[in-house]
Amino acid sequence: MWLKELLKNIEKNMTKEKRLKKRHNAEKRFRFYGLASIFLALLFVLILVQNIFSKGSSAFMKTAINVDVFYDPELLGVKNGATKDEILEADFFDITIETLLKTYPTNNLDEENQLIDLFTTDAELEIKNALINNSNLLGKTVSLEITSSDDIDQLHKGNYPRDLPEERRRISNFQLSIYDNFLENKKIIKNFNNYFFKNGDSRDPEIAGIGGALVGSFYSILICLLLSFPIAVLASIYLEEFAPKNKITDFIEININNLAAVPSIVYGLLALQILLATIQLPRSTPLVAGITLALMTLPRIIIPCRASLKAVPPSIREGALAVGASKFQSVFHHVVPLALPGTLSGTIIGLAQALGETAPLILIGMVAFVVDIPSTPIDPSSSLPVQVYLWSESAERGFVEKTSATIMMLLSFLIVMNFLAVYLRQKFEKRWN
Amino acid sequence: MNFALIFLIIIFSISLFFYGKSKTRSLALQNNLKLNALPKFYGYYLVLWCSIPSLVFLLIWTLFEPIIIKSIIIDNAAKLGANISDKNEANLIYEKIKAIHLGTYFGDIDNILQQSALSYSKFIGLFTNSKIVLIFSVIIGSILYSLKKIKNNNKARDDVEIILKGLLFVSSLIAILTTLGIIFSLLFESIKFFSVINIFDYLFGTNWSPQRAFVRDASSITVAEYEELKDAFGFIPLIAGTSFIALIAMFVAVPIGLFSGIYMAEYASTKIRRISKPIIEILAGIPTVVYGFFAALTVGPFFRQFGESLGLTVSSESALAAGLIMGIMIIPYISSLSDDVINSVPQSLRDGSYAVGATKSETIKQVVIPAALPGIIGSVLLAVSRAIGETMIVVMAAGLAANLTINPLESTTTITTQIVMILVGDQEFDSPKTQSAFALGLTLFVATLILNYVAQRAVKKYREKYD
Repeated sequence: MWLKELLKNIEKNMTKEKRLKKRHNAEKRFRFYGLASIFLALLFVLILVQNIFSKGSSAFMKTAINVDVFYDPELLGVKNGATKDEILEADFFDITIETLLKTYPTNNLDEENQLIDLFTTDAELEIKNALINNSNLLGKTVSLEITSSDDIDQLHKGNYPRDLPEERRRISNFQLSIYDNFLENKKIIKNFNNYFFKNGDSRDPEIAGIGGALVGSFYSILICLLLSFPIAVLASIYLEEFAPKNKITDFIEININNLAAVPSIVYGLLALQILLATIQLPRSTPLVAGITLALMTLPRIIIPCRASLKAVPPSIREGALAVGASKFQSVFHHVVPLALPGTLSGTIIGLAQALGETAPLILIGMVAFVVDIPSTPIDPSSSLPVQVYLWSESAERGFVEKTSATIMMLLSFLIVMNFLAVYLRQKFEKRWN
Repeated sequence: MNFALIFLIIIFSISLFFYGKSKTRSLALQNNLKLNALPKFYGYYLVLWCSIPSLVFLLIWTLFEPIIIKSIIIDNAAKLGANISDKNEANLIYEKIKAIHLGTYFGDIDNILQQSALSYSKFIGLFTNSKIVLIFSVIIGSILYSLKKIKNNNKARDDVEIILKGLLFVSSLIAILTTLGIIFSLLFESIKFFSVINIFDYLFGTNWSPQRAFVRDASSITVAEYEELKDAFGFIPLIAGTSFIALIAMFVAVPIGLFSGIYMAEYASTKIRRISKPIIEILAGIPTVVYGFFAALTVGPFFRQFGESLGLTVSSESALAAGLIMGIMIIPYISSLSDDVINSVPQSLRDGSYAVGATKSETIKQVVIPAALPGIIGSVLLAVSRAIGETMIVVMAAGLAANLTINPLESTTTITTQIVMILVGDQEFDSPKTQSAFALGLTLFVATLILNYVAQRAVKKYREKYD
């Protein structure tokens, strides 16, 4: 109280110029706050994107080690000139171990194991696939690029400090000396990481990929689109053009507005109880995910659809009616085509939100560890945002860059979708003024 | 099977369209009569009659067939002497029977399973056959009906439009069905939960640790067991944690969002507005799992290191990190809504204020904001409802243990985190633990519903005032 009095007194004693100056300073301060908060928000977008990109961009390359493989028919247990089927049957374990051990001299079993640990757990498969692709290699020595283990990969990319004491490192001194030796002999190379796009999930970061999640997300969004788009368009046409003004219509409108604001996790509970427990659709599948996302997206599409129908001026409808069209013809031949760009862009934005949605998918069991890439919408699968969640919970260092790279993929899809929506609206939408 | 049937229905419909069109045309020519609609509407009429009843029938059949078969098979198995005491066992036996039928079961097959599998195959065959027969009779029946109608030269366009209008109406009913589905699925499990746990013990309990509540037969718990159970499901720590994190989020989002909204509406040139508005709205488009990743892997550890350098102990899952990131996520909701709201304050109010010599900021502070206040409060309430319903950021960046604390550096948990933690992975149905997730969902649903209702009312009232 007394402070206010004091300030008032001070103000009274000020000259006119001084008071004006104070007010102008307040004006400048206020303006600065506004500018600063916009700047802060923009800065945050920048930090986030920069952080994700700097962590994730290295995941698109993988480290491989040049290894000479001798396809010894004896060791494989096949004849010279064996057919593809025979090679498929053969056991490549021994040849893999022998090949890997030849890369560096070892003294005991422990060192042998350490040496083998430098290569991916899928080394056997890589050696096998090279022979299957070219069966002429049998009995010859070839130089193959075998993917390195995650630890070497991270070390080579510089994500892993090598100056820690040995007991706190995942890589032993012996392994480090092998790595340095390989590096000196130019055996270590960087390749494009095709595994990241091709493979499904794995416990080993070096062979884990988003192939399964990509397909799962694609199916989910496709089902979501097929269900939500027609229903949303029909519902908004009804509400905007045909619905009588009565209690049922009001009730539907209230419902749509509320559903748009219901937290997404509640839709997960709905799916769990109705789709999984009652109707017993298969768990963890894109089918259930698609239906859940469609229910969630529906009100979010209806609202922009109605807005774009509303934006078509009444003169269009009246013109059609005047030349003898029925109400239906005036709507479907004239109003809907004019509202289509807005409708489509609203749908795309709704789908973009659905693509990034995670919580309901976790509840319907999409967090299951799925190695296989789903071939139909009723196979268990993951999806891109759920893959981000799963990998971010993993302890291995290699998953950090994989997670960031997955986010980069997810964000680029979202950017493309949003640009498409903006483009559609700007290119095709008519302005009525 | 279903795909083949749908394909057949489509083929039928397409051929009926052309049939109806040419049939009415030739009818009109032969009898020299004036048709009541264009020939194509008779085609449409046939298509609708052929496809809608059969598709609806197929859908209903497909939904209920597995449920009916399951109950028949389980009844049968029980009669044969299988040991079925609860739902889980019944499910297990049913899965085994299905696997035997498909030839993918490799465990021991006893007599009961063998017989059940045989009857299962029999029922599947029976149901499939009757489905085909019934679908065809539905199709034939509706085709005959509609053919008779068009022979009598009905007003096909009007009839088609009535059917289509019904279709439109049904589509808009999906919204009501979804709401009903949400309410029923939440209520159904919540009622079961509250029949075990007293609702007041839930609402006012101060201890949340559902992992202590192991599966037990909910119908026969002793008083001592109940004492323990009720201690496991106290809602207070969750609502405290949720509101605490939401509060931190609001401390970040309200000033930044409001000031940027004001700047956009009152100061910014069209150029700045055109560039910065979409960039800020990017923040709303980023999936929340990305924020969660950022909060858990970058912001959380950063705060902990920063705190350590100041000699503070900061949990790496601190409420501060989660709240801060959530606040940033919410900025665009507040900024764009308050931007809209401020823009719709009539210019005459500002002009009046300028006329008596006020500066721009004085006008904003003393005229524009008070005028826009209901709308601004509405937008903040919407943001709060978004914050308490937000899941991924808190699942990834906030803690799991329910601490009653007001220290932002410690970890707290939220309603949504607990729902995810309880329901992730395998759940035992019919255990109070699983049901409690639905009770939490119901609480969340009701809370957001109230907030949204109040917020929408506030914004609407405000809009009406200046329209």
